[in-house]
Amino acid sequence: MPLEFLGNICVSFVLTLGDFVRFFMTILTGSLRGMDRFDLREMFSQMFDLGTLSIPVVMLTGFFIGAVLVIEAYPQFHALGLASRLGSVTVLSVVKQIGPVLTGVMLAGRVGGAMTAELGTMRVTEQIEALRSMAADPVRTLAVPRVLACVVMTPILTVFSDILGIFGGWLIAVHVQGINNDQFWHYARVGVDIYTINTGLIKALFFGLAIGVIACYKGFRCGNGAQGVGRACTEAFVTSFIVILMLNLVLALLLTNIYVMFWPNQAPIL
Amino acid sequence: MIPPTTDTSDQPIIRFADVHKRFGSLVVLDGMSLDIPADRTTVIIGPSGAGKSVLLKHIVGLLQPDRGNVYFHQQRINELSERQLEPIRKRIGFLFQMGALFDSMSVGENIAFPLRHQGIKSEKDIQQVIHEKLAVVGLSGSEKKMPGDLSGGQKKRVALARAIAMDPEVVLYDEPTTGLDPIRADVINELILKLKEELKVTGIVVTHDMASAFKVADQIVMLLNGKIIVQGTPEQIKTMENEDLRHFIEGRANAEDLKALHRL
Ligand SMILES: Nc1ncnc2c1ncn2[C@@H]1O[C@H](COP(=O)(O)OP(=O)(O)OP(=O)(O)O)[C@@H](O)[C@H]1O
Ligand SMILES: [Mg+2]
Repeated sequence: MPLEFLGNICVSFVLTLGDFVRFFMTILTGSLRGMDRFDLREMFSQMFDLGTLSIPVVMLTGFFIGAVLVIEAYPQFHALGLASRLGSVTVLSVVKQIGPVLTGVMLAGRVGGAMTAELGTMRVTEQIEALRSMAADPVRTLAVPRVLACVVMTPILTVFSDILGIFGGWLIAVHVQGINNDQFWHYARVGVDIYTINTGLIKALFFGLAIGVIACYKGFRCGNGAQGVGRACTEAFVTSFIVILMLNLVLALLLTNIYVMFWPNQAPIL
Repeated sequence: MIPPTTDTSDQPIIRFADVHKRFGSLVVLDGMSLDIPADRTTVIIGPSGAGKSVLLKHIVGLLQPDRGNVYFHQQRINELSERQLEPIRKRIGFLFQMGALFDSMSVGENIAFPLRHQGIKSEKDIQQVIHEKLAVVGLSGSEKKMPGDLSGGQKKRVALARAIAMDPEVVLYDEPTTGLDPIRADVINELILKLKEELKVTGIVVTHDMASAFKVADQIVMLLNGKIIVQGTPEQIKTMENEDLRHFIEGRANAEDLKALHRL
C-alpha cells in the first residue's frame, strides 16, 4: 500500500521531530541552569578536542578553497575588465559563505561523528543509565557541555578558515594573476563591513548549535551494538550536513533582509 | 485483641505490586509482585533472559512499569520525574551487570564521581574513600588505571567500589561474582554480608552462582516467566519441591532444554 507507507513515513517523521524538539528544549533549559565546575571542565576539554585539534584542518581547507575561487573567477572578471575588483569577491564570498559553511561541514564530519560515537557507545554500554542511577542528569553532564563547546568553537574556527581563505585568494590574485596589491586590499575593504563579518559569524554560531545538538541527539538515541553506533554516526553526519545547508539558506535570506531594512539606500555590495 | 500495628519497621523497603513490563511484543514482567525486607539480603535467581536486570532497573526508575507500581519506603516511585527521582537514587547503589564504568575516567575518578556529583565531600575525604573502597575490593593502588586496561573481573570490582562509595542504604548487585575466580568471589560474598551486618545495608543480589546465593541470602526468590514463582529462606529453598526450582539450583537441564542438542 503506497498510501499507507507514505502515512507511516509521515507519522514517524513527526514523532522523531517532536522527540528532537523536546530534547532540544531540555538542552536549552539545561544550559540556562548553569554549570558546576565538573561540567565546566568537561566543556573545556571538549573545546580543546573539537577546537584546537580542528584548526589545521579548517585552515587547510579554507586556504585551498579561497585559492581556487580566485582561479575560477579571474577569467570572467578579467573579460569584463573588473579583475582589480577580485578583492571584494574573494573576501565577501569567504567571509559570508565559504568560511562558515566549510567549517560547519568539516566539524560535522570530524567532531559530530566522534561525539555521536562516544555518546552512543556510552548508551550501549549502560554508562548513561549508570549516570542516571547516580542522580546525575546525562543531558546536563554530557550534552550541555558538548553543545556549548560546539557553539563557541565553530565561530572561532570560522575566523581561522576566513583568514586562510582570504590569504589563499590573495596569493593567487596578486602573485599569480598579477593584480595590484593595493587595489586588491582597497576593494577588499570596500567589500566588507562589520555587518558582513557578523553575518558569517552568526551563521557559524547556528551551525555549531546544529552540529552539537544533532550529534548528542543521535548518540543518546543510538541503537544497540556496534552496528547501532555506526549507523547513528552516519545519520548524525548526514543530518547535520543537510541542516547546515538549509540553515545557510534561511539565514542568508533573513540576514540580507535585515540589512536592507536598516540600510535601505545601500544595496548589498555585488 | 492486639491492635493493628502502626510501626513501619517491618514494612518492606521496596515493594513491587503487580508489575507488568514489555518491550514491543516481548513480555518480560507479567504481573510480578515482590516485597524486599529492609536490612536483609534478597537473592533473585532465574534463567538468563528472565528479566532480572530489568527488575533491578525498576527500583531506581531507569525503567517504568507499563502497569502496576513500584514503591520505595511506601512512596510510589514509578511516574516520578527524573528530577523527583534524584533523592531516591542518591540512597541506592547500583552495580551494573557489565560494570558500566565511565571509560573516559580513571578508576579513581569513577569512584569519586558519585561523591563529587553530590558535592558533599572535600577532596581529602574523596581520596580517603577511593583508597578505602579499592582496598575493600582488593584493588589497592589502581586509582590511576583506565577502565580499558582492566580485566573483566577487575572492572566488575571497580564498579562495585563505585556502587558502595556513597555508603548507600540499599545496594543492587547485578551478578557481583560473575567472572571472578572462586576466592575473589568469596571475598565479595563476605563483603555483601559485612555491609549488611555493619552498615545495615539492604541488599538485592541477582546471581547464577548458587554457592554465593546460599551464602549471602536471607531470602531467595526465583523469577520465571515474568513472575516470582518461589520465595523462601535458603533452608526452605533447599528442600522446596518445585520442579523448575530444583532443575535450576541443581543445574540439571531437562529433556526440553536438550532437544536441540540431540538433533546434532
Ligand atoms: N531496553 C530494552 N529494550 C528491549 N528489550 C530489552 C531491554 N532490556 C531488556 N530487554 C529484554 O528483556 C529480556 C530480559 O532481559 P534481562 O537483561 O532483564 O535478563 P536477565 O534475567 O538479566 O538475564 P541474564 O541473566 O542473562 O543477565 C531480554 O530478552 C532482553 O532482550
Ligand atoms: Mg541480567
